[in-house]
Amino acid sequence: MQLLFEKSVKGRKSSILPPCDVEQVTLPGSCLREQELRLPELSENDVSRHYSALERRTHGVNNGFYPLGSCTMKYNPRINEAAASMPGYTEIHPLQPEHTVQGCLEVLYLAEKYLGEITGMDAMTFQPAAGAHGELTCIMLFKRYHEARGDQNRTKIIVPDSAHGTNPATAVMAGFKVVNITSGADGCLDLDKLRAAVGEDTAGLMLTNPNTLGIFEKDILEITKIVHDAGGLVFYDGANLNAIMGVIRPGDMGFDCVHLNLHKTFSTPHGGGGPGSGAVGCKSFLAPYLPKPQIVKTAEGYIENYNYPESIGKVKAFNGNFLVTLKALTYIVSLGRKGIPASAANAVLNANYLMKRLSSCYQVVNTGICMHEFVLTMEQEAKEKHVTANDIAKALLDNNIHPPTVYFPLIVPEALMVEPTETESKETLDEAADVFISIYNQAMENPEGIHKKPEKTAVGRPDEVAAARNPVLRYQI
Amino acid sequence: MGNYLSSTAKQRQGMLSEIGLTSMDELYAGAPAHLLIKDSLELPDGKPEMAVREEMQKRADMNKIFPVIFRGAGAYRHYIPAIVDTVVSKETFLTSYTPYQAEIAQGILQSIFEYQTMICELTGMDVSNASVYDGATAAAEAAAMCRDRKRGKTLVSAAAHPDVIETIRTYCWAMDCEMELVPVKNGKTDLFALNEMLDDKTAGVYLAQPNYFGLIEDAKKAGEIIHQKGAKFIMGVNPLAMAVLKTPGECRADIAVGEGQPLGMHLGFGGPYLGFMATVGDMTRKLPGRIVGETKDAAGNRAYVLTLQAREQHIRREKASSNICSNQALCAMTAAVYMAVMGPEGMQEAAGQSMSKAHYLAARLTEIGYTRIHEGEFFHEFVTSSRVPAGRLMKHLEMNGILGGLPLEDGILWCATEMNRKEDIDRLIELIREVEI
Repeated sequence: MQLLFEKSVKGRKSSILPPCDVEQVTLPGSCLREQELRLPELSENDVSRHYSALERRTHGVNNGFYPLGSCTMKYNPRINEAAASMPGYTEIHPLQPEHTVQGCLEVLYLAEKYLGEITGMDAMTFQPAAGAHGELTCIMLFKRYHEARGDQNRTKIIVPDSAHGTNPATAVMAGFKVVNITSGADGCLDLDKLRAAVGEDTAGLMLTNPNTLGIFEKDILEITKIVHDAGGLVFYDGANLNAIMGVIRPGDMGFDCVHLNLHKTFSTPHGGGGPGSGAVGCKSFLAPYLPKPQIVKTAEGYIENYNYPESIGKVKAFNGNFLVTLKALTYIVSLGRKGIPASAANAVLNANYLMKRLSSCYQVVNTGICMHEFVLTMEQEAKEKHVTANDIAKALLDNNIHPPTVYFPLIVPEALMVEPTETESKETLDEAADVFISIYNQAMENPEGIHKKPEKTAVGRPDEVAAARNPVLRYQI
Repeated sequence: MGNYLSSTAKQRQGMLSEIGLTSMDELYAGAPAHLLIKDSLELPDGKPEMAVREEMQKRADMNKIFPVIFRGAGAYRHYIPAIVDTVVSKETFLTSYTPYQAEIAQGILQSIFEYQTMICELTGMDVSNASVYDGATAAAEAAAMCRDRKRGKTLVSAAAHPDVIETIRTYCWAMDCEMELVPVKNGKTDLFALNEMLDDKTAGVYLAQPNYFGLIEDAKKAGEIIHQKGAKFIMGVNPLAMAVLKTPGECRADIAVGEGQPLGMHLGFGGPYLGFMATVGDMTRKLPGRIVGETKDAAGNRAYVLTLQAREQHIRREKASSNICSNQALCAMTAAVYMAVMGPEGMQEAAGQSMSKAHYLAARLTEIGYTRIHEGEFFHEFVTSSRVPAGRLMKHLEMNGILGGLPLEDGILWCATEMNRKEDIDRLIELIREVEI
């Protein structure tokens, strides 16, 4: 398919702006651009057709099943979009006077209140724009907390080896050293290793629960106690909140702060990679360190309070991805006190049902009840038949199913991480299970055949090695 | 009331028995029983869609939409062609995720590749990433790109946007790195002071173009000074202004970053917006975030993939250059659609009209005694003195549906774009006249 630049025709254009109604000014030549501005020259029709073609070459949740583990690809209610398109939100300048933005401030206030209730946290910020950004904000809170107490020797953050790669990368961005500890076979934290790892240099622990293998950390209270007793804090990575939202609260498990992926758990949606929102919640003792401003309700209305002298400052301009926060609020208002836990429980049910169906041929890493996701391993098949997790993924592409997350968590060889979410019907799960099983059986019979997959997609398997070796990162005009 | 579940109660019961359970509660048997909150979640009851829409609309109505805006300061109301929202509202673009599986994500990948090319063209740089969170975080990430073992200090022009300064400050503090402000002289970065402050510990210098006060900096000269001392030059630019102003490439910047909001994004009370980042070829592997590259499949078809992933957290973990693992894909697409439909002429027209109207506004304000407090060329923003307390002036304008300039400590920061008609400006002047001294 052609690029916009290849469709460009010199002199073609759309008529968008009226003529200038004031005297046109020019700047001295020394200020001006000399390079020609080589953007595409197109008609509006060209642009429309182009993006419709690109849409056809993309798979979204609206196109079919998307069980991408750890990403919570649930259905994204369109009322979220309708709310976020209301001019009363889209046309509001971030620097308008407070009394003219009471609706926006109420959105932030209510989102804080509701998400605080769901997570068991006392205060929140919506400045972080994505999950990794939220993680970073949390670990910055830890840093400021220890700093404020004059506890300068707490230089290490403990991260289990089952954690998402953003955890260790985040700890480093906040100036900490990373202590990796190995997990048990079920992905759960090894308490003895944790006890051995904590000490006077421990700033905190980064943990998700349920863990990346989809197992609930049954010793969670003991885990948070061990870290607290050593003087450290515990961060809840919200990647897997969808399993427990409204059922169990991180705050009650002993976590000191959480980050949420509003684009996952609260359906805002993912937008091809963003914009998301990495909202952060914390217990009251960390609240003074949150980014500024915080929204406060007073008798006269909502205000943006900047008076937090111990705040870490700002992590992003203005009020974060406000319209994303707005969509999350819309979702919570729709679901309410019963819909939230019902969604979590159904996510868990769907995962267990699909796991049961797939376990007829695939090797499930942990048998027993899983949470919202589960992990399969192709280790045996890769050794014996050269059929890998990636092969299964590529074969799924021909069946209008987005593959599970592959090769994560790192502690499982040849991993396929499956997260069906609560919004899929039994029929969808059954159809998907049939496809998974038939792909598996075909691959076992004819291992060569699966290496050629996919065959029905817009392109075949791209040569990623060549892409990295000789990077072509822009079109040469 | 209110959920998006697809299975019926009967189906659920059947699924439960398939997995050997009898009730939904048993799904959480692995969790400590006393932690289960049961029925005590303190949230309002759920609502059907029509009631939700009404509630959200009521809340929207609590905000005041200003039909006329003369305020910018980092968020600008430009005209957004109708096709922009149409394209980025397509369901598939909304609901897909990071294009991990390239074969079924060519649409997203190609759109990012096109965006990267446009950002390179706009900034005059060699390579762009797939975007980051916003202009402020792009600046903070750029500062990190410049640091190495020997050089850890970042200098930031005090004439940069306050949120950019504060965000860089937070990131630098987190990394235990020094950050200092280069003072402002007559509204511009004091290049003499900059020269004095640069030392062999300075990694990078951030300068905004146009700066927070709307003035056009001598970026080329700043670059020469910075490079003479062996530091890297980060230019934070308004992307629309780049249609007419000297580019970071022409000013020999090492990194160009900026807030992409002027390229088709709604004001949206501050976001989502778009952080763009582009750099010179030598620094490609230091760029954080996702990057899309072109390659081929086995049949020789052109294909796009996420590439150079060896820089990233999912491979490097604690050795990664950044923890970023997403981009603002839909906002990057917004910018690309905007640039595609505006074309080079349209971009220059929007930039030129914004500049012309701001100059007309400045001239009219001068007539009534609101004179500019800085000398020098400006783009579409400028600062004037105020003859009355700014709060009183703003209140009067607000009552007449106008969001006036942003009150600063020593004046008012005004902005005009192509959206401000001559008659709006003339009316503004009349309204200001009505506010008695």
